[in-house]
Amino acid sequence: MLLSEATHSAGFFFLAPWLVFVPLIGLLINLIFGRRFSEKTIGTIASLAAGTDFVIAVLLAWSLAAAGGHEAQVTLAEWIHIGNLQLDWTFRVDTLSVMMMLVVSGVGTLIHIYAIGYMHEDVRYKNDPGRYRRFFIYLNLFIAMMMILVSGDSYLMLFVGWEGVGLCSFLLIGFWYDMDTLGRPSWANSNAAKKAFIANRVGDFGFLLAAFTMFWYFGTLQFDGVFAAAPQASEGVILAVTLFLLIGVTGKSAQIPLYIWLPDAMAGPTPVSALIHAATMVTAGVYLVARSAPLYSLSHQAQYIVAMVGGVTALFAATIAVGQYDIKKVLAYSTISQLGFMVAAVGMGAYVAGLFHLVTHAFFKALLFLSAGSVILGMERGHHHLAHHGHGDAHHEEEVFDPGDMRNMGNLRKRMPVTFTVYLIGALALGGIFPFAGFWSKDEILAEAFKEFKTVYWLLAIAAFFTAFYMGRQIWMVFFGNERTEVAAHAEESPRVITVPLMILAALSTLGGALNLPGLHTLETWVEHTFEAVGVHLNVGEFNLTVALSSTGLALLAIFLSWLLYGRKPLQAGDADPLKKMLGPIFTGMENKWWVDEGYQALVIDRYNDLARFLAQTLDWDFWHDWFHEKVIAGAYHGLVAFLSDPIDRGLIDAAANGLARLTKNSAASLRRLQNGFVRSYALSVLLGVVLIMGYLLIK
Amino acid sequence: MDFVLHPLNLVTFFPLVGVLALFFIDKENKEAIRWTALVTSLITFVISLWVLFGSGYDPANPDLQLVIRKSWIQVANWDITYALGVDGLSILLLLLTTFLTPIAILSTWTAIEDRVKDFMLFFLLLEVGMIGVFLAQDLFLFYIFWEFTLVPMYFLVGIWGGPNRIYAAIKFFLYTMAGSILMLLAILWLGIHQGTFYVPQLIEMGGIPLSVQKWLFLAFALAFAIKVPMWPLHSWLPDAHVQAPTAGSVILAGVLLKMGTYGFLRFNLPLFPQAAVKYAPTMALLAVIGILYGAAVSYAQQDAKKLVAYSSVSHLGFVMLGIFALNSQGVQGAILQMINHGLSTGALFLLVGMVYEQTHTRDLNVYGGLWKVMPVYGTLMLIVTLSSMGLPGLNGFVGEFTILLGAFGSQAIGSPWYAGLAAAGVILAAVYMLYMYQKMFLGPQGSIVEEVKKHGHALRDLNAREIITLVPLLVFIFWIGLYPKPFFALMAPSVDKLINIVQTAAMAMH
Repeated sequence: MLLSEATHSAGFFFLAPWLVFVPLIGLLINLIFGRRFSEKTIGTIASLAAGTDFVIAVLLAWSLAAAGGHEAQVTLAEWIHIGNLQLDWTFRVDTLSVMMMLVVSGVGTLIHIYAIGYMHEDVRYKNDPGRYRRFFIYLNLFIAMMMILVSGDSYLMLFVGWEGVGLCSFLLIGFWYDMDTLGRPSWANSNAAKKAFIANRVGDFGFLLAAFTMFWYFGTLQFDGVFAAAPQASEGVILAVTLFLLIGVTGKSAQIPLYIWLPDAMAGPTPVSALIHAATMVTAGVYLVARSAPLYSLSHQAQYIVAMVGGVTALFAATIAVGQYDIKKVLAYSTISQLGFMVAAVGMGAYVAGLFHLVTHAFFKALLFLSAGSVILGMERGHHHLAHHGHGDAHHEEEVFDPGDMRNMGNLRKRMPVTFTVYLIGALALGGIFPFAGFWSKDEILAEAFKEFKTVYWLLAIAAFFTAFYMGRQIWMVFFGNERTEVAAHAEESPRVITVPLMILAALSTLGGALNLPGLHTLETWVEHTFEAVGVHLNVGEFNLTVALSSTGLALLAIFLSWLLYGRKPLQAGDADPLKKMLGPIFTGMENKWWVDEGYQALVIDRYNDLARFLAQTLDWDFWHDWFHEKVIAGAYHGLVAFLSDPIDRGLIDAAANGLARLTKNSAASLRRLQNGFVRSYALSVLLGVVLIMGYLLIK
Repeated sequence: MDFVLHPLNLVTFFPLVGVLALFFIDKENKEAIRWTALVTSLITFVISLWVLFGSGYDPANPDLQLVIRKSWIQVANWDITYALGVDGLSILLLLLTTFLTPIAILSTWTAIEDRVKDFMLFFLLLEVGMIGVFLAQDLFLFYIFWEFTLVPMYFLVGIWGGPNRIYAAIKFFLYTMAGSILMLLAILWLGIHQGTFYVPQLIEMGGIPLSVQKWLFLAFALAFAIKVPMWPLHSWLPDAHVQAPTAGSVILAGVLLKMGTYGFLRFNLPLFPQAAVKYAPTMALLAVIGILYGAAVSYAQQDAKKLVAYSSVSHLGFVMLGIFALNSQGVQGAILQMINHGLSTGALFLLVGMVYEQTHTRDLNVYGGLWKVMPVYGTLMLIVTLSSMGLPGLNGFVGEFTILLGAFGSQAIGSPWYAGLAAAGVILAAVYMLYMYQKMFLGPQGSIVEEVKKHGHALRDLNAREIITLVPLLVFIFWIGLYPKPFFALMAPSVDKLINIVQTAAMAMH
């Protein structure tokens, strides 16, 4: 009964809800019995759950192919039915959602496996092995929520996943909630977690407004219904809906102006940065725009705004990435920038290009983050090694050491050759170098932009130049030159459980371009079914040789420049960044993220704090509670009382109460006082009531 | 006998059986007293379930059911009847009351050691009053129950409350009492002028001119708005909540505030429908201010209980907004949100009370990092926090979403701006709830952990009794979030009928 009502009886469509159930079951097993399990068992159960989801996603893809690409809906249960508001727990299996399912569960499984090794060490460096289980519980919850997000058949079910993954993001950013990124007791990590949740809530506010508008103008929140009704709506309505949705996109996919949470999100363990804050969750906004293609296609204005937001974000974030020293922060800003590419693409209506880049980016950015994690662990191992076998000077080693600071690294290719190789592959893919995956997808976006959106093209082309430059800078700083610290000299390579997933991702980052090669358009043919079904016609992406050559040229130039600055004459310990001398204040701006966080602090956060304090203390308490109620109302009341009932009060009621009190000396003091006040108040209230009734009758 | 054993009489007055039994128990025998009260309230809960499932109540019927009506006071031409009845507007609130009472009693197990017998006595009396309010169908009878609830609550706060309890109790009593005086006048006017106090009859008669409706509406609204409390009449709430013992806060937030919102639904809307339509934008505006104001003020609190208290101002603002959307999404969402608030805020007060019992402080600044020390507590608090801030998949979201959706397109309110602004309250809710959660559970270990250790024993995680107290609430938090259908089904027919009454009257106005 549970899994009935598939529109196509053939195939494995009935399995769709299990995409959510399986990780939930994994989560529950670990939650309920996990206390007795070994780390291996916990990690295996969680990874099996994610892996099973991948198998289900493959089966769904196969069923879909067999059904000629026609989507299927699987209704699990009714959800909210009020009047014409009809929302169900309905899963939608179409080529677009299956593509997302494959990415989420595929990359997700690899990251689960990687995390078995990574977290084993991480919890020990942080001195709290008990938290190992919690990590995998969250990770499985995330997969479940992500599946709801990509498979929901209505905007509201999508929203359940949308906020659900936000919750997981909050929990995982704040995984080490009692410390900062260097393991010192601090509010920092929990602040980062809170920031992510609240920034996303601002986006969700936009999403909700979009949902309300859709409901009242289109009469439904179910995708097909919305898309069928949209063409009859006025332009203003379409613009409102699409721009409200865009607010949601800027929150979840970290675009201007809400991107500020993502760099801080690096406080989470590295597998989280890879899975949630690079490969999957943050692409939800891109998915949302692609899913809403029929709406965006109706408003050129909306498309233009989305594309500009993406383009500007891509360039802006790329400039910041150039000025970062933390290996993960560089990747974080890079992610924001790459998400800008995708948002720009789907904004321009180049849905396939955007989705193509979403997939390849999931491969190479997950690879980069996980490799960065491997580098950090390698540094931690070196640090650990020194602390135990080194100089024996424990106090010296107690000094805070930042294993993620690239200024502490150098020449790691010698100590960590596997990590170096895969990192290099990831960097080349991200830099858009032929024939790695990023080349094909980024190029498709640039080619599309070149056709119609020239401004966006230039924004993206310059961003691509910066991309190659900051990746070059990172490679030279981390893997070449001399070891700038003792720790770097003692770094150790990671074990197989970590490197094998890296190799798989490296293979995908190398070959991922094959998904949608010019001329073949495999991905395009696949997702076309979904877009055509809702009346969005896709242009076949044309390979533009000029664009390809010029962007490759720019990338090579950027790498050459990075070699000039960081490779030819390697950074020495204590040296300032060579760009700092050249660019001066501009580099200081990049280094300080253009002071955007400070701006938000001064303009929004401090203002809200002040306002809240003013309302709470001055207005609500001092004025309204203490002055108005105590002085004005109660004071006037007491005055009236004194005037009207002094003789009665003192003579009768007090006497009676006092007499009573003398008689019952053993009764509790509090009760007596209470009854005293009570009787008095009550009597006066009644009196007041009588006065009012009399007054009313007289006037009448 | 039929009268005595009538399901509604039984459910209303069964707690009195417990009261009677308590008289025969020695006041030192605290265990027996507690068990008597608990069992009484549990049986009352079972009776309320029987009302729903076994008494012939038909959820599909929009009308009042299981009606009892007996002549009661006939003075001059007054026709006061003893009338009880239940329908889709009240059935869930009846169940909420009987559901929360045993939970609240269970929470006092170790928290109340002083004069346990008196405490339980007042508590059971309070339950009678609350149930009576939700079932009474005669205005005069309603007023008696309405005022009656003040008395036991007054003592619960005034005797077992915090340091400033006397002040808080008196303020609570006077504030609500004063608000009710005009309602009493309005009730008398209605009863005398229309010749009956029986609500369904009054609704059927209608025919009150708009100019009079306005005054009557305002007289009722003042009483209810204070109870809700609507901004700016909330000044009694932080005092009462902060001073009340945990169980008192649970009932206060969980049930007593709902008496106000219920009053709007039961009386203001159907009795004065044209005035309701007329005032809808004003009420919506006050509701929206309440949502935003409550959220901002909550955020600035340092006392956990005060924070939760002010959050009620915000949450109840949503309920009011839904009611005055005057469409089925808004009103159904509002009723569901009343239940949701009872569950979530009830649970929040319970949770805050549980740690207070060990630490004797609610100052957020001394907490921090508790999740590590009390993992079960931290997890349960997280779920309730998320429920309270409306995370989809949990109960709060379903209520808030439907309310905002209803209000957004409401003809009575007339503009989507109200709902748009109210939706910003969703952001602010995350701000203050996460602030509290972070201050207590995240970050470095707070000073209180060591402080408690100094007094001989370390902070302990929740015990079995405390978990049992919370689990029923959590079950509904998930159930309503994932599958609210049965709850909507219980209210839908009566809400549609109510909307119909209001809309018909509104049409007549044009």
